[in-house]
Amino acid sequence: MSTKSIGKPVSRVDGPAKVTGAAKYAAEFNVPNLAHGFVVNSEIAKGRIKKIDRTAALGVPGVIEVFAHDNRPTMASGSGKYTDETAPPGSPFRPLYDNAIMFAGQPIALVVAEEFEIARFAATLVEIEYEAEEAITDIDTQIGKAYEPPKKRVPGWDPAPRGDVDKAFTQSPIKVEHAYRTPLEHHNPMECFGTTAVCEGDGRLTIYDKTQGAPNCHRYICSVFGLDKDKVRLLSPHVGGAFGIGLRPNYQLNLAVLAAIGLKRPVRVTLTRRQMFTLSYRPETIQTLTLGAEEDGSLSALRHDAIANTSRFEDYQEPTAIWTGALYHCNDASASAKLAQIDLFTPCDMRAPGGASSLYAIESAMDELSYAVDIDPLELRLKNYSEWDQNDDKPFTSKALKDCYYRGAERFGWSKRKPEPRSMREGRELIGYGMATGIWEAFRVPTSARAMLAPDSTLEIGCATADIGTGTYTILTQIGAEMLGLPIDKVTVQIGDSDLPVAPVEGGSWTAASAGSAVVEACNGIRQELLKRAGKIKNAPLEGAELADVTFVDGEIRMRGDPSRAMSLADVLHGLKDPIKSEVNSKPDPKVFKRYSHYTHSAVFAEVRLDEELGMLRVTRVVSAVAAGRILNPKTARSQIMGAVVGGIGMALHEESVVDHRYGRIINHNFAEYHVPVNSDIHDIDVIFVEEREPHLNPLGVKGVGEIGIVGTAAAIANAAHHATGVRVRDLPITIDKLLGLTPSRMQRFLEENAR
Amino acid sequence: MSLGNQGQESRELKLQPKLDVTLHINGVERRVALRPWTTLLDALREYLDLTGTKKGCDHGQCGACTMLVNGRRIVSCLTLAVMQDGAEITTIEGLATNGKLHPLQQAFISHDGFQCGYCTPGQICSGVALIAEGHAKTADEIRELMSGNICRCGCYPNIIAAIEEVMHGAAPESAP
Repeated sequence: MSTKSIGKPVSRVDGPAKVTGAAKYAAEFNVPNLAHGFVVNSEIAKGRIKKIDRTAALGVPGVIEVFAHDNRPTMASGSGKYTDETAPPGSPFRPLYDNAIMFAGQPIALVVAEEFEIARFAATLVEIEYEAEEAITDIDTQIGKAYEPPKKRVPGWDPAPRGDVDKAFTQSPIKVEHAYRTPLEHHNPMECFGTTAVCEGDGRLTIYDKTQGAPNCHRYICSVFGLDKDKVRLLSPHVGGAFGIGLRPNYQLNLAVLAAIGLKRPVRVTLTRRQMFTLSYRPETIQTLTLGAEEDGSLSALRHDAIANTSRFEDYQEPTAIWTGALYHCNDASASAKLAQIDLFTPCDMRAPGGASSLYAIESAMDELSYAVDIDPLELRLKNYSEWDQNDDKPFTSKALKDCYYRGAERFGWSKRKPEPRSMREGRELIGYGMATGIWEAFRVPTSARAMLAPDSTLEIGCATADIGTGTYTILTQIGAEMLGLPIDKVTVQIGDSDLPVAPVEGGSWTAASAGSAVVEACNGIRQELLKRAGKIKNAPLEGAELADVTFVDGEIRMRGDPSRAMSLADVLHGLKDPIKSEVNSKPDPKVFKRYSHYTHSAVFAEVRLDEELGMLRVTRVVSAVAAGRILNPKTARSQIMGAVVGGIGMALHEESVVDHRYGRIINHNFAEYHVPVNSDIHDIDVIFVEEREPHLNPLGVKGVGEIGIVGTAAAIANAAHHATGVRVRDLPITIDKLLGLTPSRMQRFLEENAR
Repeated sequence: MSLGNQGQESRELKLQPKLDVTLHINGVERRVALRPWTTLLDALREYLDLTGTKKGCDHGQCGACTMLVNGRRIVSCLTLAVMQDGAEITTIEGLATNGKLHPLQQAFISHDGFQCGYCTPGQICSGVALIAEGHAKTADEIRELMSGNICRCGCYPNIIAAIEEVMHGAAPESAP
């Protein structure tokens, strides 16, 4: 199908606002009489608050109030009222609810003052007397208590075992069994969380919040504070990054609204970077991969057992177990995902939750197997290629992974790889090549949208979804333009507003498929209305035409096969006073999801270089070849993959939130100590989108590109690091001390302690 | 007021009075009364409604608040507004002239040098200054000298492409 807008490398439509500073983020809506809140966080990890002394804080001129559990406005009591659409099973945290402390950094008071600096200063003067209890934050001590979560977050994330994996492993001539670890990671979007809550004169509340789901946070606030849904509006027009941390309501939202209600005036609460480390995070995992193979490399046993941490009050679960059995052909396979509770806040989804950490382990183990059977790592993947999802005994909707392997390998120059570790060198630098596979689910979820075509042929799209840098504004503009044959600049898109047709949180790589399909359907409603009008015009060229007979292109409605029979939209709209409106609740076809397995795939190839004298490891090249159905916008989609590859480099080499288990606190709570990739860490990143026709999942044929770029990337780099150095580091991040074996890693300690 | 004095006796705290500060921001003289503890960044965002400059860490570690002060790029979270009395300041809001984007702003759009856009004002101000400084010649040198500006969305290769385009299009060999 030839298109005018879809599939074109359109520059971001929100670009001009973002490069001029005009785009407003949640903490930037300055309103008269605004008060500023600053959060006081718990210094202990577990226990209770015995006493709060506000005297000194209230003595600072300009301080208005110090809110805590003992003087806050009324909030719902049942923890069920604090749930949200992405909450895992359990009892959600209730900020300032009572005197119980469940994690270090828990918000326990909010100082509100006339000026931001006054609130910040006075927050240091709030005296808290604690009764502390022993907190346990080291997952290693809780392995024996790990459990299968009794209530599943999402059904289907725990595929049934097939065959007899233990017997098959015992009988396998080649055996590989290793444990891998991934650490806590914090999302750290550049914009710290902030909320501006504005009490309007008429009892209405307008809230500007940083979130991936305006409707989700809107429902949450109405539920927690017992507010009338029609009297609260929550907006999130621009989101300065999120990567999952904006899926659930964060505590600054609750506190800003609480203070605004209590003081009956507008209040803003922003978090500091340090406080960003008191929010959720990617959980720590310990994963054991048990692979059995024949001499030729065919997998005969495939077992994956993962343990991840959660909090004491919620069973956060990632999809860790679904990938192993879906990715490779193996008749005897099993996967398990257990949880271990510790005294930290509940983890949450971070870019490719479950996928990013699982595929690191699986694809590292596959690399180790390639050495055990002495077969090229790429050939090993091809040998075990799966054309049928054995997890669910279903075909795939589409799967162009083979093309990812071939095209990625060719672009990368994989054939130049010498198999032996430490065999490739240039000057002082050891060179390593590594590869891995990526897999992520292609979802579609119910989403509403509306389209309004004005008499002047301008189209306005509305959908309460979000653009967290993903390009939602742009792709929805393209879809609207395509559907009605309009130029891009005749289309505007409104998102991030609870007053708009409801959409789920923006996440899971489902927005292009879900919001995109909703826009297609809403525009179809407009098309029908237009054609009805056109058909009524006597002796007009389109009299009697059905929707299937016409195309909408270049501002015209044209008969297919007879372009001479056409009418301009302007003519059809002539005399119209009000816009044509169409609103839809768009839903996926459940039959499709029952009949097929639905995944995006990728093949990632990485080159690392290690300067042996300086001990510096660099990722000098990454090729990520992705099969994600139709690509709506190759420019923004490429950026999504590229950015996720950068995230994967961070995961492989830099990122780790370190907990001081004596105090239960995260200690590297800033950008100097929590390392993320900077510009000089990033070199060539090459993104390939292979052709993949996706006929089933949605009318656009898209699969989503938000997560797939990070899945497999850390493994490809880890495998390259091993190839360069001969050292296999099995716990991320691969820091130089581990690579050189200078310090005993947590993994080594863990294995030694478990061996005893 | 003494910041170190946090005991009960600090009930009689008096805040430092506001001082009149004059800032020349994007060619416009702005007078504002600020307390000495207000950073240049907060002065703009919280007191002058110039929210184009972003706060990412408040510790000088991320570069989101980069702006040009007397022609040099600085992280505005690490300077107090009262220290910049009389300074010439250019922020992201001041780079376009007569509604026409600065070439680097346009290049960021063309090369998709951002996703969420939050680090972007700092990246662009930093890039404008880097080009003027003339020290960076190669992509590796640009990478090094742009490493004070973190982009968590991971747009670095596109940022480099945007800067290279403007750098080589503008004045390739003229810098000292």
